[in-house]
Amino acid sequence: METTQASSIHGIVAEFSNSNTLKAAARKVRDSGYKKTDAYTPFPLEGLSESLGVRDKWVPFIMLMAGFVGSVSGYTLALWAMGIALPLNIAGKPTNSWPLFIPPTFEMTVLTSAIVGVVSMFALNGLPMPYHPVFNTPNFDRASTDRFFLSIEAEDALFDEEGTMAFMNTLGADNVSVVEK
Amino acid sequence: MPKQPAETETEVTGGAMPPGNDRRSLRDMLTSVPQQYDPAMQDQIVGSHHTLESVTAQIADVALRRPVSLGWVISMFVSLTLLALMIVSVTYLILEGVGIWGVNVPVGWGVGILSFVWWIGIGHAGTLISAILLLLHQNWRTSINRFAEAMTLMAVMCAGLYPLLHVGRHQYVYWMLPWPNSMGLWPQFRSPLIWDVFAVSTYFTVSLVFWYIGLVPDLATMRDRAKPVWLKKFIGFFALGWRNSTRHWSRYNAAYLILAGLSTPLVLSVHTTVSWDFAAGIVPGWHGTIFPQYFVAGAVYAGFAMVINLGIPLRSFFRMKDLITMKHLENCGKFMCITGNIVFYGYLMEIFTAWYSGVVFDKYLTFDNRMYGPYAWSFWLLIFCNGIFIQLIWFKKVRTSIWGLYIVALVVNAAMWLERLVLIPFSLTRDFLPSSWHMYYPSFWDYATFAGTLGLFFTLFFIFVRLLPVISIAEMRELVHHEHHVDEMGANDPELIGGLKV
Repeated sequence: METTQASSIHGIVAEFSNSNTLKAAARKVRDSGYKKTDAYTPFPLEGLSESLGVRDKWVPFIMLMAGFVGSVSGYTLALWAMGIALPLNIAGKPTNSWPLFIPPTFEMTVLTSAIVGVVSMFALNGLPMPYHPVFNTPNFDRASTDRFFLSIEAEDALFDEEGTMAFMNTLGADNVSVVEK
Repeated sequence: MPKQPAETETEVTGGAMPPGNDRRSLRDMLTSVPQQYDPAMQDQIVGSHHTLESVTAQIADVALRRPVSLGWVISMFVSLTLLALMIVSVTYLILEGVGIWGVNVPVGWGVGILSFVWWIGIGHAGTLISAILLLLHQNWRTSINRFAEAMTLMAVMCAGLYPLLHVGRHQYVYWMLPWPNSMGLWPQFRSPLIWDVFAVSTYFTVSLVFWYIGLVPDLATMRDRAKPVWLKKFIGFFALGWRNSTRHWSRYNAAYLILAGLSTPLVLSVHTTVSWDFAAGIVPGWHGTIFPQYFVAGAVYAGFAMVINLGIPLRSFFRMKDLITMKHLENCGKFMCITGNIVFYGYLMEIFTAWYSGVVFDKYLTFDNRMYGPYAWSFWLLIFCNGIFIQLIWFKKVRTSIWGLYIVALVVNAAMWLERLVLIPFSLTRDFLPSSWHMYYPSFWDYATFAGTLGLFFTLFFIFVRLLPVISIAEMRELVHHEHHVDEMGANDPELIGGLKV
């Protein structure tokens, strides 16, 4: 039973018109043990990721590491160019005139961290992804205006179409629908 | 507030709150008939009649539904004419060389370099608004950050053109980059000019990235609202398939916040580096430790002036007076007031340092050349504009009047151009040896190139206001949600309503 159903549907999505109801619902979904869940809101709703139990700290870490790589490579570039590739005596300054290499080092730090950070943010989010089954949800284009959606995906270990549907119907949603892949 | 049965965000709440009428009871505010925009509403950062839906529709529909207006066509025509002038002057410059400009020996840096500095300065307010004010939780930034960021990008593009044009041998422009070339040459990393290459290119790239990730959720909104399928697909391509997922939002917010943290020192570093181009030289009038500080202040000053000059027509053409309110403009005016006075302090300190140092060349430059030399008019005009005229902004009447602000901002923009004229070429006209003194007269092509970059700037800006949301829609929704939320909590707890005032 599960194999045929689970392959054809993406999950069950509930639509809310009220952000507080959504937050309460998200907490209930988390407390019921569902893991493959997501919420869709027109703006980052404060506290929702905590209610849903979303926790991902990779982006800040990647940005820190990228900044570190950027600063080392910026400094190395300056030192290599001025010390090895083209050693020139400028006003008797030492080969490793480190205070003068700080500005390019700083700029390289910021540049690397920013670019790597944004690229990895999109990559971790799985974007770009032009098509996603959740777009099949009725009324979903209003997720970018004034509607709030909560989904439990079919891949979740606890998912069972009827039981999950019955559970979602208790959450105070305006509309609950099964979404095809 | 889980005990609240329903949130008011999808309904219209309250009427516009007139200023100074805080004693009006809460019940009145929540139950009164919804009003359209009230021009007397000065203390609000978003009209209180706004809902998630209305704010989304109002901003997105400028690009999606609004027909092309005659005013836009005329503005675009003027901008394109100036852009054509730029193409002509750049072509002539490449064919003939920098000799077509008024530069000479000893005045090697003329209108080209001063316009570079001016444009870079204009670009500063955008990042300041989007990054520093974000970190300081100034929510009024929300409705001006998008177009201020766009302004930054376009201004930096105009600025970036000048060094490329000024090198003379345009085929060797890439020598500025640390790029292996057949001569085995490398850029000199001990020189502020190379720091400038790094600073300006990093600034442009990071501003572009910042602007784009801010746009992604709004492009998704536009995709969802667009009617024709081809348009949905076209916008959807740039929206990257953004689906407003909470998992995405949480990473997005982390990246956005850290990017703001990175941009904050970056924006300060850019004009600092530009000022080092001068301060690291020994030319009297350039060689001052006050340069970085007052260049940065001057940049923010000019940038806010440009935000006012662009924001006032923008809100009026696109009927966004309830989104870009008088409060925003007044706050920009306050920023202009602070930074303008720092700049004026910089002028005074330059004079003081010249006297106190006792260096004969500095004293000559400041007291004999700048104040009473052949270009004395420019110095005194500068003191008048940036020292005396700007003080008008202290008056609330001026700060809260559209015309008052607009005129002051216009004068500030002109004065900042004048400041660089006084500082850069006019300081060079008389250096250490009287035998090498030479007057500087900008040529027609100097002015034509500058007018041309204005054309480039406004062409890009007018394209931007037609095609993209000029205000961050997602952030406006967040703001509207927040405002109504406070309203709602206030209904239970009268103390909290004080938190509504921003």
